[in-house]
Amino acid sequence: MSAENQASVHVHRDDVATKMGMWFFLFSELLLFGGLFLMYSVYRYTHQHDFHIAAEGMNIFLGTANTIILLTSSLTMALAITAMQKGKKILSLSLQIITFLFGLAFLVNKFFEWSAEFREGNYPGSPILTAKPSGQILYYGLYYTMVGLHGVHVIAGMTVIAFMIRFTIKGIITKDNYVKLEAAGLYWHLVDIIWIFLFPLFYLIT
Amino acid sequence: MSSNSLAVDKSGNLPSYLIDEGKRKGILAWLLSTDHKRIGIMYMIALLSFFAVGVTLGFLIRLELLTPQGTIVNPQAYNEFFTLHGVIMIFIVVVPAIPSIFGNFFLPIMLGAKDVAFPRLNLLSWYLYVVGSIMILLSIVLPGGAADTGWTFYIPYSVRTGTNMIFTLTAVFILGFSSILTGVNFLTTIHRLRAPGMGWFKMPLFAWSLYATGWIQVLATPIVGITLLLVIIERVFGVGLFDPTLGGDPILFQHMFWMYSHPAVYIIIVPAMGVISEIIPVFSRRTIFGYKFIAFSSIGIAVFGSLVWAHHMFAVGMSNNAEFVFSLLTFLVAIPSAIKVFNWTATLYKGSIELEPPMLYALAFIFLFSIGGLTGIIQGALNVDIYLTDTYFIVGHIHYVVFGGTGIGIFAALHYWLPKMFGRMYNKKVAKVAFWIIFVGFNILYFPFLILGWLGMPRRSYHYLPRFQVYHVIATVGSWILVLGLIIMFFNLLKSIRSGKVVTEKNIWGGESLEWQTQTPPITENFVDIPVVNEAPYEYKQNEEEFLEKEEVL
Amino acid sequence: MEENKVQHVHTPGYGIYFYVWLALITLTALTATVAGVNFGKLSIVVALIIAAVKSYLVLTEFMHLKFEMRAFRIFVIVAILFFTILIVLLFSDYSFY
Repeated sequence: MSAENQASVHVHRDDVATKMGMWFFLFSELLLFGGLFLMYSVYRYTHQHDFHIAAEGMNIFLGTANTIILLTSSLTMALAITAMQKGKKILSLSLQIITFLFGLAFLVNKFFEWSAEFREGNYPGSPILTAKPSGQILYYGLYYTMVGLHGVHVIAGMTVIAFMIRFTIKGIITKDNYVKLEAAGLYWHLVDIIWIFLFPLFYLIT
Repeated sequence: MSSNSLAVDKSGNLPSYLIDEGKRKGILAWLLSTDHKRIGIMYMIALLSFFAVGVTLGFLIRLELLTPQGTIVNPQAYNEFFTLHGVIMIFIVVVPAIPSIFGNFFLPIMLGAKDVAFPRLNLLSWYLYVVGSIMILLSIVLPGGAADTGWTFYIPYSVRTGTNMIFTLTAVFILGFSSILTGVNFLTTIHRLRAPGMGWFKMPLFAWSLYATGWIQVLATPIVGITLLLVIIERVFGVGLFDPTLGGDPILFQHMFWMYSHPAVYIIIVPAMGVISEIIPVFSRRTIFGYKFIAFSSIGIAVFGSLVWAHHMFAVGMSNNAEFVFSLLTFLVAIPSAIKVFNWTATLYKGSIELEPPMLYALAFIFLFSIGGLTGIIQGALNVDIYLTDTYFIVGHIHYVVFGGTGIGIFAALHYWLPKMFGRMYNKKVAKVAFWIIFVGFNILYFPFLILGWLGMPRRSYHYLPRFQVYHVIATVGSWILVLGLIIMFFNLLKSIRSGKVVTEKNIWGGESLEWQTQTPPITENFVDIPVVNEAPYEYKQNEEEFLEKEEVL
Repeated sequence: MEENKVQHVHTPGYGIYFYVWLALITLTALTATVAGVNFGKLSIVVALIIAAVKSYLVLTEFMHLKFEMRAFRIFVIVAILFFTILIVLLFSDYSFY
């Protein structure tokens, strides 16, 4: 076998495998949050009244705003992939940047929301929170953990998108080779899906 | 993987992966290699070193239990010893062992691929594995001392203890992440990189077992990941999650812990069953009996095994309905395991059995795993389990399953594949002697555990009543025999890697799967030409001509 | 055996995504509105059904699941089924005190 043939094997790529691997990884992410959803369901079941009362303290306006921000960022991400498929590099690039900025907006929103909670004294270990009934302590415990972990995933997704922006500029992602962008999109949409469930469970159960 | 690696040596062989360093030289050619075979070897080195640490701890625990009062260490050190022994043996050794070493090395070859689907991800999971393992070591040496909760990290003690819990928990989290990435990699590899002609039912059974394992790794591991992460968060930030003083439910922690840790038993055992399914037909020279049954029973074990977790918690006060459901499911999971055992024995029937060292280990696996499995079923019965919970019976059971199953499975795989991996044969006589010492020592060590448990000896106990001493003494003597056997075995294998008889024939044992059709040791990209698979695996009809033909092509 | 090929190009227009987005926003508005209505025990069910519909849209449209091989859809079903069974079995403990 000649060296050329050998080399041609190296450039062989399998886009389906890349996406498949990403999906498997997403299942892991799903079950990671799944564990938290299990906890949520048990504690909500055993402390229904406390959960209702605690959820009333949530800022529904900020929650809804964040939902819309994330849904729209999913839209721009999907559009960025289509634009790349059609070979419109500049359009795709701008859509990716917009997606990144939406992610940032989400986090800024979250920051204000959390600082408001902290000002009210509803932070873990605070005397105000510890004095509350145990169901409410659990509600806030889950709220900070689940939303916090989701925030970490938003940051991770933004990091991935930042890399995609770089790859697009450098011409690594092209009209014919955009599977990296697709995989990044899959991750971003998963972050969106998790928020789709977090939103009603923490903000809308009053 | 440079192109000059195609230079042919005098004997007409291409340079093996051990010689062909690619772009980098020396140690970096290993540490930065994305070749699945080199990564497999790196796993083997790291993993067997930790196995030695785990064995040492176990040895010391047995020594401590020689007398009913303290013998060599104080109670706190004893607690740390059995915790470390459990954490190291479970999370660092047996969970990753067979997929990481032999799966990495042989799965792509068995499928007729050049590498796994994501080679760089593969290297990343090795690094995660090493980081996780090192964190465990750090937890020992840093002030505060190693975790002393037992490997189950039960709440509330795991949020209260002053030991280095955070290191241990983070380490297990990272090891879990490494395990997930391995699972993702193998699943994708099996889906996408099978050689032309290799349909699902032409895959070797080892690949099937890794496929089932991959799904458990991907779906169940994140649950323990998040659970342990929550314990960390609870410790660091005081967030109310599990701690009962903050309203949490410690039983929920146990549920979530076992949701992974019971399927983990199947992550541990199913690949070992895959190894046994490879070895048995080769050394009985018969097509494996019930190929599809074995393949599907791997999937069946993965499915049912994920649904039985609460049988670890029969004594903690669950609802009666839950106890009934989980007891029933526990009995069901015995079926697919039994199918495998029946199929193996049916394969042996009328085969021309050769008692080579790998086969001896495989037969020992069937014997010991059957004891382990049957003692498990005993505990699946609710009323008996209430009596046996937290006794030495459990300890005996877990060692028969995990050591007698997976540990022996690892040894079987080592004796089966090591000559292929390094192109050198070990001393078979010494290997057989070591086998018998291990086998005898194993039973002397662990069988008294079952009796002790039946008599009511509680597990993890530092002191015990004098009337139990005779069994403890027998077990401790057994541990000496076992360790002696292990030393002989590893010495023999290490010696063979350094100076064993050189083997160059492709098919060392007369196997039919693809790894026996590549050069020994394999070349960097496994095959010069990607093989085309036409037959079902394990066809032992004497196809000498075809075999010779293939050899000429290669 | 699935073929090792570079993916088929399927380029849906931009339009469909806007419709999906519009549907998602409408559902969000809907779920936020009906949260004020007291359905009793049903309110959580309503919220979860709406969330499930939204996820379905994201999965099939944004995540291109409808263009992928059948295996991908089976994987997703397996993962979701696994989680569902975990919840059901877990509640066999909690719902029968």
